[in-house]
Amino acid sequence: MIDEPAVRAALAEVPDPEIPVVSVIDLGMVERVDVRDAGIRVELLPTFIGCPAIDMIRSTVAERLAAFGVPVDVDVSMRVPWTSDRITATGREKLRRSGFAPPSADTSVACPYCGSTNVALDNLFGPTQCRSLLYCRACRQPFEQFKTI
Amino acid sequence: MSATGEVLLPATRNALSLLLLAMADDELVIGFSDSEWTGIAPILEEDVAISSLAQDELGHAQALYRLLAELLVDGRDADAIAYDRPPEGYYHARLLDHHRGDWADTIVRRYLYDTADSVRLEALANSSWEPLAELVAKIRREERYHLMHAGAWFERLASTPGEPRARLLDALERMSADAGTVLTELPTELALEMAGIVDAPSRELEARWRTSLAPVFARLDLPRLPPTRDVATARTSHSDAFRELHAGFTSVRRIDPEATW
Repeated sequence: MIDEPAVRAALAEVPDPEIPVVSVIDLGMVERVDVRDAGIRVELLPTFIGCPAIDMIRSTVAERLAAFGVPVDVDVSMRVPWTSDRITATGREKLRRSGFAPPSADTSVACPYCGSTNVALDNLFGPTQCRSLLYCRACRQPFEQFKTI
Repeated sequence: MSATGEVLLPATRNALSLLLLAMADDELVIGFSDSEWTGIAPILEEDVAISSLAQDELGHAQALYRLLAELLVDGRDADAIAYDRPPEGYYHARLLDHHRGDWADTIVRRYLYDTADSVRLEALANSSWEPLAELVAKIRREERYHLMHAGAWFERLASTPGEPRARLLDALERMSADAGTVLTELPTELALEMAGIVDAPSRELEARWRTSLAPVFARLDLPRLPPTRDVATARTSHSDAFRELHAGFTSVRRIDPEATW
C-alpha cells in the first residue's frame, strides 16, 4: 500500500547532489506529501532561491517515486521559506560526521573534527550557496558550515 | 499558480509589474556585473564570495521574473523577459549602470545597493500580494549575508588610510549621486500603496535609507550622500557600460534561444 510514511521513506533515499550524505528528508526540504487515489504529490522547498541543484533534485525525486507506479507530481515552492533549522537531528549528525558543521542559531560553531569552538570564519561564502568556510585553530583543519538562514 | 494575478485590479497589476521588473532587473544587472569578477577577484576568498553572491542575485532575478511572467501572461517566460529585450528596455537603477571598475567600485556599488534594497524588501515584507511577500521573506534571509559582506568591506576600505580609502572615496564620488536611484519613485506606485503591496511611498523609503546610512558615513568621516541626480531618468537612461554588459549576458540566448545552461 502507498501511504505517506512509505513515500517519506522513499524520499529518505534521495540524496542532496551537492552533499550526498544527507537526503532531502534530512535537510527538511519536503514540506508536504499528499497521497491520493490519483497519485502522489510532493512539495519541495529549495534551500536557496537560486540553488542550481533544485531541478536535479526534483527529477531525482520524481524518478524515485515513479517506482510506486502511480502518477507523481513534484512541486518546488517558496510558500514557506526553507530555513536551516529544518535540518533534522539525524541530518545534523550526518553533516558533522562528514566534516560539515551544522547551522547554528547562535554564533558559536564547533569544529566537526575535534569539537573545539576555537574556530575562525574564513569566508561567509563557500563552494555552494549554502555553505561558509571556517578554520579550526585547535586541530588546524579547514571545514565548512551549512549557512544559518 | 495561474491565479497569481487574477484578483488584482488592472491598475494594480500594471504597477506591480513595473515594481517586479525594476527589482528583477536590478538583481540581474548587479548579478552579472559581479559575476565578471569570477576568476580575477583580488584574493581567492573573494573570488568565491563574489561568485556566490552573484549566483544568489541571479536566482532572485529568476524568481522575480517568474512572478512577473505569471502576472503578465503574455506568452513570455522568465528567460524571455530577462534576455529578449534591447538594452533600452531594461529598467534597473542607474547606480548599477557604471562599469564594473575596480574592487572599491564594486564594494561601493554593492554597499549602496544592498542597503537600499534591504529598505525596499522590508517595505514589502507584509505585502498584501502573497506571492511577493513569500518570495521577499526568502530573499531577505539570503540578503542578510550580502549586507554583512558589503558592510565589512566598506568599513575596511574606508578605515584603511592610503590607497584603500582613496579608491573608496573615488568610487563614492562617481556613484553616490546615483545611489538613490534604487528607491526613486516609480510612476505608478500610488496604486501599490493603495493596494497594500508596499507599506510606504518611495520618498519615505529613500528617507529611511538615508537616515540609516548617515551615522555610518559620519563615523567613517565620509562625505554626505548628495541628492539623487536626474531623478526623471533614474531607470530609463542607460550607459555604454550597460550596453556592453548586456551584449555579454544575452550572447548565449542570441546564439541559441533554446539552449539550456
